[in-house]
Amino acid sequence: MRTIFSWLYLILAFGFIYLPVVVLVLYSFQESGLPVPPFDGPSLKWYDDVLRDSDVTDALTHSLLVAVGSSVVAVIFGFLAAYGLARYTFSGSPFIRLLLIAPLTVSYLIVGLGLLIVLTRVGLGLSLVTAGIGHVVINLPLAFAIIFASMNAKQENAERAARDLGATEMRVIFFVTVPMLMPAIAAAFFLSVTLSWDEFIISFLLTRFDITLPVEIWSMLRSGLSPRLNAIGSVVFLISVAVVLILEFTVLRKRHL
Amino acid sequence: MIGHEKKLGWGFTAPALVWTLAFFVAPFLVMIAMSFANLEGRTLIWGVHLDNYIELANRPYLLRAVAVSMQITFIVTLASVVLAYPLAAIIAFRVPQHWQRFVLLLAILPFWTSYVIRSYAWLLVLAREGLVNQTLIHLGIIAEPITLANSRFATVTGFIHFFVMLLTLTIYANLVQLSPNYRLAARDLGANTFQIFRHVILPLSLPGIVTGAFLTFVLCIGDYVTPHILGGNNELTMPQVVMVQLGRRADFPLASAMAIVMMGFVTIAYLASARWLRLDRL
Repeated sequence: MRTIFSWLYLILAFGFIYLPVVVLVLYSFQESGLPVPPFDGPSLKWYDDVLRDSDVTDALTHSLLVAVGSSVVAVIFGFLAAYGLARYTFSGSPFIRLLLIAPLTVSYLIVGLGLLIVLTRVGLGLSLVTAGIGHVVINLPLAFAIIFASMNAKQENAERAARDLGATEMRVIFFVTVPMLMPAIAAAFFLSVTLSWDEFIISFLLTRFDITLPVEIWSMLRSGLSPRLNAIGSVVFLISVAVVLILEFTVLRKRHL
Repeated sequence: MIGHEKKLGWGFTAPALVWTLAFFVAPFLVMIAMSFANLEGRTLIWGVHLDNYIELANRPYLLRAVAVSMQITFIVTLASVVLAYPLAAIIAFRVPQHWQRFVLLLAILPFWTSYVIRSYAWLLVLAREGLVNQTLIHLGIIAEPITLANSRFATVTGFIHFFVMLLTLTIYANLVQLSPNYRLAARDLGANTFQIFRHVILPLSLPGIVTGAFLTFVLCIGDYVTPHILGGNNELTMPQVVMVQLGRRADFPLASAMAIVMMGFVTIAYLASARWLRLDRL
């Protein structure tokens, strides 16, 4: 009896969790111009329509650029900081660790607002670069925390051995530490990419002419429900899911073995 | 050698440190200063003025936004915990071990969608011509479409959907760490299922609940997208007020003051839950 109840709850919960996703994807294949029941598809015309729209494809390219660019910077800086803090002890290092994690506890709106105030004061024009700067701010703490958490004595011993054999600091990092930490580095990178790819409010505040995909979708929303939005939403969702699944089935799976 | 060590340590940490100081700490301090500045016409007058905060306390629609945000955040946090706990427990205790990771992955997959798209998807579901209304009419439960979208109900639904997934993750992570011996020991001592839950499992899973609830609180109170797309224009939340001040009037001082008030509530939530928080274990 309790088992039946459990399975029922599981099914209901999954129904709730997947309801909006199913509706989003299903009505992206709608034939007529309104993405509500009854379903009269399947038709691929809205995908065709959206992928021909240069505003959308430009925004998609911008989103990929910002996501990959900001993640590369976040992971490199995060790795270096993790290495410095894990391998060297110096005064103030516990405080620096806290400082590097701090942006995680502040909402994105506040991070974006602060940057907007400073950037407009300094007179720096808003662009994809400024949005990227904001994305590094939110992804750096995560990258640092993930990489720092997986640093342990195993790599330290290998590093010491390499150093004893005459390797320079650079060589130690590139040929010992980085390869050994690859799962954590890749996890940090893919997580950063997904978060930046989906991020709206910082991009909204810090871009002007060239915008990212979530911001483009936001401006399309003003004209109400449309199968075009369903199509583009489905594409964005699919890409996020693909990145998460790559992460799960390559990096994390290995780490758990 | 020690001096050299120290320099190297600082050297490796410097890029991340400089970035955080320049693009997070400094803007944050400027925002605090901004909340004490004044806007006279189009010119900004720096200084220590409390006018923005006094305005916040005296304008009914601004105070109302604080109340609306708090109400929504409390409802959402509570409902999400209540709905997520059984889901996490079922995955941790009922689903065969081999399948648990897969079921969990599936249960939180829609978590990885942009706020914008998730909110739009709920708008589709709850619209006047949407799936829920049409189904209810079809089943003969209602005669006319009822207003579901553009309401607080829609905002809360959209939020709960997102945070149930987040909380399932944190609570599950906590539950699987519990040794089955606790349950067996309690059973041997004569506890029934409810007593085991109430006196053994629940207290031990408190860190998972509180960690998830804290994250829910922080993300929910600070989100502009969900209430803007789903909530309609009847009531504004704090982030919406911040955005209105930025957009319509470019009133940075008042927007900053509202943001500081938001931060204040997050700080209170942090202090209230610090005892059980396990942010490092996520």
